[in-house]
Amino acid sequence: MTTTVANGVNVQALLDAREALKDAPEAAQFVWRASSTWRNGVHSTTTVKEFYGLGEERAHKSEAVFDADHPEVFAAEDNGVTPIEYLLVGLASCLTAGVASVAQNRGIQLRSVEATLEGAHDIRGILGVDPDVRNGFNDIKVTFHIDADASKQDIEALVAQSQKRSAVFDALTNPTNVTVDVA
Amino acid sequence: MIERGEVANSWRRERWDSFRLLTPNWQSRLPGLAYEGPDPDGYMTAKEVTQFVEGFAALTRAPVRTGTDVTSVRQSDDGYRVTTSHGEIACRTVVIASGACNLPSVPPFAEAVPPSVEQLTPYDYREPGRLPDGGVLVVGASATGVQLAAELRRSGRPVILSVGEHVRLPRTYRGRDVLWWMDASGVWDQRHDEVPDLARAKRLPSPQLVGGPGRTTLDLNALTSMGVELVGRWAAVRDGHALFSGGLRNVFSLADLKMERLLDTFDAWAGAHGPDVGPPERFEPTRVPESARLRLDLRGGEIGAIVWATGFRPDYRWLDVPVLDGKGRLRHDGGVADSPGLYALGLPLLRRRKSTFIHGIEADAREVIDHLAGHLAGREAGG
Repeated sequence: MTTTVANGVNVQALLDAREALKDAPEAAQFVWRASSTWRNGVHSTTTVKEFYGLGEERAHKSEAVFDADHPEVFAAEDNGVTPIEYLLVGLASCLTAGVASVAQNRGIQLRSVEATLEGAHDIRGILGVDPDVRNGFNDIKVTFHIDADASKQDIEALVAQSQKRSAVFDALTNPTNVTVDVA
Repeated sequence: MIERGEVANSWRRERWDSFRLLTPNWQSRLPGLAYEGPDPDGYMTAKEVTQFVEGFAALTRAPVRTGTDVTSVRQSDDGYRVTTSHGEIACRTVVIASGACNLPSVPPFAEAVPPSVEQLTPYDYREPGRLPDGGVLVVGASATGVQLAAELRRSGRPVILSVGEHVRLPRTYRGRDVLWWMDASGVWDQRHDEVPDLARAKRLPSPQLVGGPGRTTLDLNALTSMGVELVGRWAAVRDGHALFSGGLRNVFSLADLKMERLLDTFDAWAGAHGPDVGPPERFEPTRVPESARLRLDLRGGEIGAIVWATGFRPDYRWLDVPVLDGKGRLRHDGGVADSPGLYALGLPLLRRRKSTFIHGIEADAREVIDHLAGHLAGREAGG
């Protein structure tokens, strides 16, 4: 599709990849990695750099470092955001990337895309106060404010399609097998 | 023509008792045969469809060899060798017309469902009275799923419906059957080489429609009003619990938006052509349950049975010609398979959006048979 829309997403490369991977499922297998180190208290540092994909080991241009801690109301030092808040970071950035990609593909020029996220969390679960309360979020609410050359209906369709193709939305809404080993 | 059972076999044996066609009677037409009964806007029962197809068999004097199983189709030097339960047939060309719905598709985690819960597919299901006592979990919200959920709920049972991506449609729009609009506006005539994403369009689930007296809409709001509990797409079984997706709202949004776009298309067509129809309508968005359950204990006795309305797949185990893709579907271009002289009819969007409807076969068949005749003529000229 030839458009004059410039959202900065190389949709052609994504469409080419989709075509190329149709008959090469092995090349589509990626492994994302993170490594963490305990600092002190509930403070830890997690780094992300290397990953595997398209048949070989790869790396980001630079290493990213994420500090996680708990806020002072949890009697912690607040050296970083709470681990569960990283889930909101992941969801917000994934859905936003989806909105930009879908808009580019559909020829919709974006002017601004803002999202606010709220995760409702009953901490009685993690504190073991009540076994009927779950540890994780009870509900996550995402609100998008999008300014674009498109009707309200088209913008709603962008947001719906971005959820449909979002890795993090899927990871949060569907169960995933998690194995935790001690090496 | 080779038929494993009797003429109209699947209509005789693979439909539940209350089954009716989604298409109104006036759309049930085959070359030289149209509905001439008293109720053109009604919907045929499976028995009436059987009679209709039998009528066509008699009219065309089609040479049908009934009670004949095909066990193998192989390429030969000048065509194909077809092995049947009644001997071998050598032929220059083969048209596969066995359809895309030979086997119910059931997800692999069905094996993890506790044995205390009875599992049925639409091919096993006949009527609510034959199910064990207790609640029923219906999986899938296409035409089959919504119809069976409604019927089971009306029988007095608690019903939970697991909803993934679906196609929402009103039964009537602006006073006309919604399938009248699909026909008249040309949506059904969209060709396979014009549809933007053909692979996706072929996978489209059947619309949430029921054919019945009163022409009522059977969307998720109708089911909610009947007391059917909606949950997200069934994702996994863990420790005897069914785990459902938390993405229910988005599958509602996707279906509501797609329906609105389709109604916009109808309105635009009506604006240009001025048919005798009522004013435009818009429908309430799908109501989101206060809090949809994410897990269900399958051992607790709440659910006595599961009905898998999770679609169907074709069965090509007899086809010994390398023309299937990695997912077991026939590779073909408009019904012309990737093996000279091999053809297909009656598959989703084979040549048009209406390819899998009774009245959709004629145009497809004419084009596919043209190609087949050309193939035979080419052979003759060359030989």
